Amino acid sequence: MQFTDWIADARNIVFLVIALAMVGAAVMVVTSRNVIHAALMLVVALAGSAALFLMLGAEFVAWTMVLVYIGAVVVLFLFGIMITRAPTKADPVRLDHKHRWPALLVALGTFAAMATVTTLAFEDAALPDGVARAGDIGDVLFDRFVIPFEVVSFVLLAALIGGIVLARKDPE
Amino acid sequence: MIVNQFLVLAALLFSIGIYGVLVRRNAVLVLLSIELMLTAVNINLVAFGQYLQDALVSGQVFALFVITVAAAEVGIGLAIVILIFRNRSSANVDELDLLKW
Repeated sequence: MQFTDWIADARNIVFLVIALAMVGAAVMVVTSRNVIHAALMLVVALAGSAALFLMLGAEFVAWTMVLVYIGAVVVLFLFGIMITRAPTKADPVRLDHKHRWPALLVALGTFAAMATVTTLAFEDAALPDGVARAGDIGDVLFDRFVIPFEVVSFVLLAALIGGIVLARKDPE
Repeated sequence: MIVNQFLVLAALLFSIGIYGVLVRRNAVLVLLSIELMLTAVNINLVAFGQYLQDALVSGQVFALFVITVAAAEVGIGLAIVILIFRNRSSANVDELDLLKW
């Protein structure tokens, strides 16, 4: 498929804008010298992924992403940064390792491998339309996937208790 | 829309996350990079779910499970980071050498 054919679809223009914003924000997350900026750039990247989920017809997952990630996880990260007193001012020597080239090589190698494999496997396979409503997911979740659902809720409970036990000060 | 555009974007985000995990010294920033990688996985799951038109909506259901497990992971991870910071007054991963000979 030619790029001009691909970009002729208006949805692909939307995709391109969201993708560029996400990649820019993700690069800021891993390179920013300010810890707070890194956490806030993660919000942009996660909001972009929620937008992609809406494009893919996954309404419930998109709004769960906004609620759980942007609403809870990023706030948790900001509290973690606050409690561990990470350097919030620009401080180039403390946040990154000195040797960045090996890490860059590994990241580029991973991307090249995965992108090559998916491009060879799927080439121009079109994505069908269709929206999965929250009701559909609820039906499946409490019917076919009810045992994994309960297991996941137990994992969450265990993590909650573990977090409290770990972060609590020992009574001397 | 073709399915490969979502897969390539997810691969790119995953690679950026790998770079962050390898290059960051602060433990909280390592956890942030892990969140990027999990998001890339979620994009893949939902894209494949839409591509296969599965009657059980498995792609989205498993994306929801990944979101839940990621929330648990962040809770435990930050608790461990806070504990380490309390004991060693530093959250830098390259200064944690207690288990090293």
